[in-house]
Amino acid sequence: MTTRRQFLALACGTLAAGELRAQLDPNIQAKRKAALEAAISKVVGDAPVRPGKVKLDVPPLIDNGNTVPITVTVESPMTEAIYVKAIPLFTEKNPQPYVLTAHLGPRAGRATLSTRARIADTGRVIAIAELSDGSFWSDAVSVVVTLSACLEDGLI
Amino acid sequence: MARVAVTVPPSAKRGEIIEIKTLAQHEMETGFRRTQTGELVPRDIITGFVCRYNGVEVFRAELHQAMAANPLIAFTTVAAESGTLEFTWTGDHGYLANQKAEIKVV
Repeated sequence: MTTRRQFLALACGTLAAGELRAQLDPNIQAKRKAALEAAISKVVGDAPVRPGKVKLDVPPLIDNGNTVPITVTVESPMTEAIYVKAIPLFTEKNPQPYVLTAHLGPRAGRATLSTRARIADTGRVIAIAELSDGSFWSDAVSVVVTLSACLEDGLI
Repeated sequence: MARVAVTVPPSAKRGEIIEIKTLAQHEMETGFRRTQTGELVPRDIITGFVCRYNGVEVFRAELHQAMAANPLIAFTTVAAESGTLEFTWTGDHGYLANQKAEIKVV
């Protein structure tokens, strides 16, 4: 006869195994990395991306991954001769890592952008700046997410 | 009708850098979520945003699924002359929203 204790243990075990199967896709890390690289290379092409010039402002600890305030500031005089052309923004662990691309011009005055993104999991947020001379600069910030966005479908 | 909101200072000095904040009311359905019966909820997001200053494009953005619901975009521009700032959002399933704001430059 099954005791209540045995039944509970069995039920919990089955549930846990189901959860694990959903989360333990052996290739998930590789898949995410490939998705991020594909998204970045689509924007950047073969050009080298150097660290610097970009300042990314994201809270280091995020309670709710569904709306994460992000501010990007790029050091640039924003004149006709040299200005920031575009600011693409990425998150490392989302099923679709591309957040947005902002296209600016010398009329922006200052190269700043504020927005709100969804972040699925603890990882890096990456901002890239494309300058009018064709060079790319970037900044990355690691953030910790406690309540993640889009988790209900087991990520990817 | 789609609800949108913009904040633009009513007046500015010539050459001053002004901050513009825009907000659109939208679910931004990612296309990755499933219903309780397991069907995929189709993607429905805003994909484009443009700001024109007296007809000249000063800011443009491409939006993707990783944007939060009710997308907020804040940016800056130089107050060059008095006139109208026109904002346009476009998205899936023919989504289109417009907003205008007047600015007086002294």
